[in-house]
Amino acid sequence: MNKIKLIISREYLTRVKKKSFLVMTLLGPILFAAMMIVPAWLASREDTEVRNIAVVDSSGIFINRIEDTEYIKFEYLQNKSIDEVRKEFPESEYYAVLQILPSITYEPSAVHLFSNTQPSFSIKSHIANSMEKELRNQKLRANGIDENVLKSIKSDVSIRTIQWTDDGEEKESSTEVNMAIGYASGFLIYFFIFLFGAQVMRGVIEEKTNRIVEIIISSARPFQLMMGKIVGIALVGLTQFLLWIVLTFIILTGVKTAFFPELGTQNAQDIVKQEVVVQDLFGQENIPQVETIQPQNFDKFSSILNAAKSIDYGVLFGSFIFFFLGGYLLYGSLFAAIGAAVDNETDTQQFMLPITIPLILGIVVMMNVVQNPDSPIAFWFSIIPFTSPIVMMVRIPFGVPYWELALSMGLLVITFIGSVWLAGKIYRTGILMYGKKTSYKELWKWLRYKS
Amino acid sequence: MDILTTHNIEKKFANHVALDNVSISIPENSIYGLLGPNGAGKTTLIRIINRITAPDKGEVLLNGKPLQPEDVNLIGYLPEERGLYKKMKVGEQALYLAQLKGLSKKESLKRLKMWFEKFEIQAWWDKKVEELSKGMAQKIQFVTTILHEPQLLIFDEPFSGFDPINANMLKQEILELKKKGSTIIFSTHNMGSVEELCDHITLINNSKNILEGQIDNIRKEYKSNIYEIAFNGETDKLASSLNPNYEIIEKIKVDGYNAVKVQIHKQTNENELLSLILPKVEIISFKEVIPSMNDIFIKVVNENKN
Repeated sequence: MNKIKLIISREYLTRVKKKSFLVMTLLGPILFAAMMIVPAWLASREDTEVRNIAVVDSSGIFINRIEDTEYIKFEYLQNKSIDEVRKEFPESEYYAVLQILPSITYEPSAVHLFSNTQPSFSIKSHIANSMEKELRNQKLRANGIDENVLKSIKSDVSIRTIQWTDDGEEKESSTEVNMAIGYASGFLIYFFIFLFGAQVMRGVIEEKTNRIVEIIISSARPFQLMMGKIVGIALVGLTQFLLWIVLTFIILTGVKTAFFPELGTQNAQDIVKQEVVVQDLFGQENIPQVETIQPQNFDKFSSILNAAKSIDYGVLFGSFIFFFLGGYLLYGSLFAAIGAAVDNETDTQQFMLPITIPLILGIVVMMNVVQNPDSPIAFWFSIIPFTSPIVMMVRIPFGVPYWELALSMGLLVITFIGSVWLAGKIYRTGILMYGKKTSYKELWKWLRYKS
Repeated sequence: MDILTTHNIEKKFANHVALDNVSISIPENSIYGLLGPNGAGKTTLIRIINRITAPDKGEVLLNGKPLQPEDVNLIGYLPEERGLYKKMKVGEQALYLAQLKGLSKKESLKRLKMWFEKFEIQAWWDKKVEELSKGMAQKIQFVTTILHEPQLLIFDEPFSGFDPINANMLKQEILELKKKGSTIIFSTHNMGSVEELCDHITLINNSKNILEGQIDNIRKEYKSNIYEIAFNGETDKLASSLNPNYEIIEKIKVDGYNAVKVQIHKQTNENELLSLILPKVEIISFKEVIPSMNDIFIKVVNENKN
């Protein structure tokens, strides 16, 4: 028992002390944090340059009808032809020239925006939206329909999903939030199994090619060496995972207080206003509607917050650790067996395939399960141990009956015990075999050797 | 008293028999040579003694009792194909290997210090193994093999990769270990070092044990009444004095003198030979030719083939 502890601590310490571990540990959260902060930062840096756009409207419909915004101003140049404007353009201060042809009423493409640069998307969509609205209003008026009547019949539907839990409570849920969390956990498990499973394999190959393995197994049993390595690397994985969570949290709070101090004290109303501004930017809603939208928006946002809160993070976190360890032990032991069966990393391919296929299948099924977490496919793939670590993690945020979770976990435990036992047999024989290219037939023979 | 005995060990692999009914007994505090051609089964036998693999049949007794898992701490093993973790520091690695053999960290550190001083390699402590030469790494491996002062030491081709100076130092260390009470199993192809070091040998060929015993007895057993005579005078003159009971099988030079190897056929003895040649030439030396282990090895293995 002492020996396996020694082996675990060596495997753990040599890896944790490596520079690459430090780099990965620091880089991971920075990347995570950057993924969350950069879009927020970009959004907060609004474009503050005022741009003047000359309008040459030969249809005459849009004179003074396109709305100015804070940063986009329109100037209507009557009595000037587009050719004249074009000549003056280099000396003028116009950002762009908007030409509207008379055929605009029946030909949607009768609008041109000339510029010496590529006009931004928001300008383009603002112009298009304003013009669409103006055209629509004019057509409505021409048909004798009051604009206000139309506004009053405009309806919006947003569905709040609420789960009745088994203990009779109501729980607000959001499919989107569940999907996001499911995806993230599934991918993370997949990524961890591959990353650390391959480390086990490389470690075994290293010991074999270094020829230190015979020295060690004259002191400790091969099974102790194999399990020591697998457990040691699992601890490295857990350490990395926990450090990532802690560091991401620290970086996020640090950046938030340093750059976005207002976010910390923000109340729901502020959030709503921000939402409106964002929508405004894309020009989908116009200002007069803000008042009526506000409560609805507030609803949407708070329901996401509630849904995010409603997920049982204890269960989520606990099952993540369990399925990570279970899946990793299952695959890690198989990776160890492969490492023992070959002489160098290039020979691993033929044995890698049967391990890679179920993992990739898990990811493929995950895409489907996210859409439909209670389908028979979702059920079976989250019960079968080779894919359950990935697929079950996707289902957990949506809520999984306890008996299914227990069945899946139980089967996973039984399977990894079996795979560790099997891998131990291959490992024991394989680590002392050199120079022979191993086939599946050979592996079968090793399985039947007496210990 | 025998420290280690094996009874009728048998080990089969998929396509061949590695060991067939091998029984050896290794006397305590001896240096025991394990000889044999490549592929004879020596390494398999060593691995069985180390509990790395298990025999199909037969048993191994250590100190008269069946070998137990904990007994690996009483054995030190330097395999033929040996290596170290390349990226690990020398000191850390030596500590790790010592602790795997059951020594406490404190004790390991103390003993390692002693040995590193003795070999004057303290400067290597914080170096990575990949920075060392092969010979340097071999020294570290030797130290880690003997550090836990095991009763039984197994060296598989220990001299390969050592320069003559270090090989000699290693030889002295092995003799020193014997003096301190260890028993040493020594597997090698180098017959010179066998004659120099071993008390007992066993010769394994084709998975069978074909020759076992004390090295002096074996060599005496294989001598074939050949005498080497160095003398001052004409070889022809000497030859003319011999009767058909004696046959000159080789004419050689020894230290610049003429010399012959004479085979004595039965019913005579060396004194008669001496009295025949004494009047003819001036004798410088006269000695019985005891076969070298090299000759015995080749002879026995070839005989066994036929």
